[in-house]
Amino acid sequence: MATVYGIELGERAPALEARNVSVAFGVREVVRDVSLAIPASRVVALVGSSGCGKTSLLRCFNRMNDLVPDARVTGQVLFNGQDLYHPEVDPARVRQRIGMVFQNPNPFPKSIFENVAFGPRVNGFSGDLNRLVEESLKRAALWDEVSDRLAEPAGRLSAGQKQRLCIARALAAGPEVLLMDEPVSELDPRASQKIEELIYALKEDYTIVIVTHNLQQAARISDYTAFLHGGELVEYGPTDRIFTKPREERTETYVTGRFG
Amino acid sequence: MKREGAGGGGSGLEWGAGSRRRLARSRVFEVVTLFAALFGVLVLAVILGDILLDGARHLSGHFFTNYASRFPERAGIRAPLMGTLWLLGLTTLMAVPVSVGAAIYLEEYAPRNWATRAVRANIANLAGVPSIVYGILGLALFVRTLGLGGSLISGALTLSLLIMPIIILAAQEAIRAVPHGVREGAYALGASRWQVVRHQVLPLALPGIVSGAILAVSRAVGETAPLIMIGAMSFIAFTPESLGDPFTALPMQVFHWVSRPQEEFKGLAAAAIVVLLVLVLSMNAAAFVIRSRSRLEG
Repeated sequence: MATVYGIELGERAPALEARNVSVAFGVREVVRDVSLAIPASRVVALVGSSGCGKTSLLRCFNRMNDLVPDARVTGQVLFNGQDLYHPEVDPARVRQRIGMVFQNPNPFPKSIFENVAFGPRVNGFSGDLNRLVEESLKRAALWDEVSDRLAEPAGRLSAGQKQRLCIARALAAGPEVLLMDEPVSELDPRASQKIEELIYALKEDYTIVIVTHNLQQAARISDYTAFLHGGELVEYGPTDRIFTKPREERTETYVTGRFG
Repeated sequence: MKREGAGGGGSGLEWGAGSRRRLARSRVFEVVTLFAALFGVLVLAVILGDILLDGARHLSGHFFTNYASRFPERAGIRAPLMGTLWLLGLTTLMAVPVSVGAAIYLEEYAPRNWATRAVRANIANLAGVPSIVYGILGLALFVRTLGLGGSLISGALTLSLLIMPIIILAAQEAIRAVPHGVREGAYALGASRWQVVRHQVLPLALPGIVSGAILAVSRAVGETAPLIMIGAMSFIAFTPESLGDPFTALPMQVFHWVSRPQEEFKGLAAAAIVVLLVLVLSMNAAAFVIRSRSRLEG
């Protein structure tokens, strides 16, 4: 396979692909005709100033926009070549395979264990739940801090721990892709750093799409960066090229910090 | 003497005087609102005291075990108390599940369109319809059309209709108060709508739903007008055994006793009111405790 939408995929098939995707809430169009391919086992950052449509685009990939009453998504979103918006596709199954971590750490008001166990439970997991919870917490680098208090309410954790719990919870459902919507913007620098390290470790096994307004963070952790402005995809390519040799003037002004 | 008011100069003395005046006004207002708040409590205390004085001497063991009688000293509230407890149980069983189901549908499933908005607005309107109107509906529908007569089931069905809008509104409010992030988090893990409702929304909304339901049922327990309308008995010498039996209830008994000419029956009525108030106030207290507990945990 050759170059697709500005990135070199080589022999890889894209894990996710947006084709001419537009999103509108009522009459307000927030994403306009965006096409991009997301390679498997890579980290792709969606950057842009607030209101540029990056979160709305992200939420197309697991059909979370379906939950917004007057949202309308047009175009195609392909996951391993299958159209996620095909009428026969169950959005719940989509979300099981494409997990999501939100901007505000939102653990359920239940125990730490129950938070991680919820995904497997609703998806009919029949194996060893204790082991799955332990593995998921280990993958999210939280196990050592909570292993002796799994029955405690998740509300007692620090903000950074809550976000790692949300990552563990997402991993336990068994996804192939993780969508992250500004996962560290509510956290202090130390907690943010832990999450960044975690993202770096997770990309071995997961395809990660992360929305961020922190350019340094995008530069540090992502392989590819997509710059959106006013609902349109301005430029998409390998992160180092986007930051060092942007082709579009708008991208250059943004990454050099002249607006946004 | 210096005049107060705006533009009266900039000396420190006047600043002090104006400030004292404002403080005094503020103080007056505080006292006025305090009296407003005390007014309700005082009225309730006077009513309760007066009723207790009248009814206390009748509150004995056999007051609870005896049936109504022509002779005041032998009269008791066994039949109306049992009738009220039956109504309480049946109304809870019928009104709560249907109302909670309606609230779940309206909040979690219903499409956001004009039809849903119309249903919502009308539920709020129904909650404000006078209870006598529900009595007329009960009479026409349950007593006459369905031929259930002035039976327990007619009474319970009528009271259920009366309190359903109140429970629906309370349950909707409790469901709406569940944080949006909890729903999103659950959906994002692949949960179906029902799984989100069953495992995340309902457990969090439950204290609000339960306390709302208790308050609504306690209102139903004190209703008289709809029961008069559907033709509940006021003098009965047996306890209801099944849904089709005639019945009476505490407020009916109070109404009956108060309208008797003899003075002794007024005391009996007061005693029955004490029983009814204890029942209703303890239900309200339970609702209050449930609500404040859940606030502490959250």
